[in-house]
Amino acid sequence: MGKDLSVRLCGVKLRNPVIPASGTFGFGLEAADWFDLDVLGGISLKGTTLEARPGNPTPRIAECAGGMLNSVGLQNPGVEALVGEKVPALRRRFSGAIVANISGFSIEEYAAACAAADRCADIDLIELNVSCPNVRHGGMAFGTDPKSAAAVTEAVKKATRKPVLVKLSPNVADIVAIAQACEDAGADGLVLINTLLGMRIDIKTRRPVLANVTGGYSGPGVFPVAVRMVWQVARACRVPVVGCGGVASAEDVIEMMMAGATAVQVGSENLRDPQACPRIIADLPEVMDRLGIDSLKDIIGIV
Amino acid sequence: MMKQGTFTILENARIARDTFRLVLEGDCSAVTGSGQFVQVAVPGLYLRRPFSVSDRSGDRLVLVYKRVGQGTAVMAAMAPGEKLDLVSGLGRGFDVAAAGKRSLLVGGSVGTAPLLLLARELQAAGKAFDVALGFGDAGLAFYVKEFKEMGAQVKVATQDGSLGREGLVTDAIRALEGSYDWFYCCGSKVMMRVVCEALPFGGECSMEERMGCGTGICYGCSVPTTAGMRRVCADGPVFRKEEIVWERI
Repeated sequence: MGKDLSVRLCGVKLRNPVIPASGTFGFGLEAADWFDLDVLGGISLKGTTLEARPGNPTPRIAECAGGMLNSVGLQNPGVEALVGEKVPALRRRFSGAIVANISGFSIEEYAAACAAADRCADIDLIELNVSCPNVRHGGMAFGTDPKSAAAVTEAVKKATRKPVLVKLSPNVADIVAIAQACEDAGADGLVLINTLLGMRIDIKTRRPVLANVTGGYSGPGVFPVAVRMVWQVARACRVPVVGCGGVASAEDVIEMMMAGATAVQVGSENLRDPQACPRIIADLPEVMDRLGIDSLKDIIGIV
Repeated sequence: MMKQGTFTILENARIARDTFRLVLEGDCSAVTGSGQFVQVAVPGLYLRRPFSVSDRSGDRLVLVYKRVGQGTAVMAAMAPGEKLDLVSGLGRGFDVAAAGKRSLLVGGSVGTAPLLLLARELQAAGKAFDVALGFGDAGLAFYVKEFKEMGAQVKVATQDGSLGREGLVTDAIRALEGSYDWFYCCGSKVMMRVVCEALPFGGECSMEERMGCGTGICYGCSVPTTAGMRRVCADGPVFRKEEIVWERI
């Protein structure tokens, strides 16, 4: 069939648009035991902060209709371990784009962590996480206000020469205003959406299921929300958009790209199906053929 | 290394109140030892459910589960001949080589399940063991006969005294006659903490947490250890007694 799956994201060529989403693929190497990582376009690594963090108490996971809630709370070994151990180890097994997902609790901390990531030659893109709903005084606090989102984007752009993608929260009234504020502050691209803030209650114990009470909702149930936000932002902004949220099939990838996504992240599906990404990538040519698509680049934002 | 595959249900019989023994047929080659677990895709539900391997022989895999929620209710209603999608060979299991002269196997409620395969491995390795089990009441007890048939001394404690001694699993341990130098434990977190504090020698515990992936990629099931937060699914589920920071559990 000779289908062209490649795309270009912020100057980085991806062999296909499929990227496992941050927080659903560890630090990449875990999955090398069960498939060849080189089938992937890129890998977005687990959210990392300047200093190591233990994360939230358990239970951190709750199931719900159409997906799940998580409140992991950015458990990570810190940016020095990321650039010193995790990324170099992954690079030995993976030739595609490595995306470092950076989070923080102050603008200075975001900038310092991104400066450390900047010094790591194996990192291709930085994904600024201003949308984690599971930590207090950080994460989503920066991504729900256009001024704060712009300020952190601007500070990070000064700290690195690598392309910076800003990952946005859907828990806002006006996603376009936040997206435009990040673009104006120098963001090279936007990733949306992070999880939707949710909550479950165990009606037998009359207590919240999650130790952190609330958590982020992800899975197929959020897919239409993600498609809508990608569409809104892609037509309002000039920088590329990476679509994320509930993607579980090759058809979903194509729908997300038609909405305006240049690349597509697969999240929760990796948790229920360890072969989710290779399966989706393998299915793409046939689905493209059925839909009369020769090159994925041709359908970006075609809706 | 883990493996994903379709298994056929051969048996799904109730062996105690709300407790079922599921015998599956399929490719078990990824299961390398006791204490490992499988992730079962339950029809109609989003996340897979983790269950410890209770027994294995050839292409037959045995899981014992308690009907406690939505997922196990669906499983309990399934009939022989139906298929289940499993990811098998997950986690680091019990270390049989760590067993000394005589080991103590301590099971609490449905946590007794993985101790059966462990007992078979100990027996095959020529290592002696006895068994202490704790259940809520006699109606919830299972595997007592199986352990006795293996020649082990078996003591049971129930909370209402309807079987064995009245009390907790530590009372069953006290009823055993023998001296032990190593233990293996699986049960609730509270029960395992009590057992670890009560026993003056080393051992291993199989930890339980609500899981997301079961494969080590989501960090949903971390527990506090002396080496920091570690994943029950990929770094465990079996940890040494002294690795777990019980005060923070």
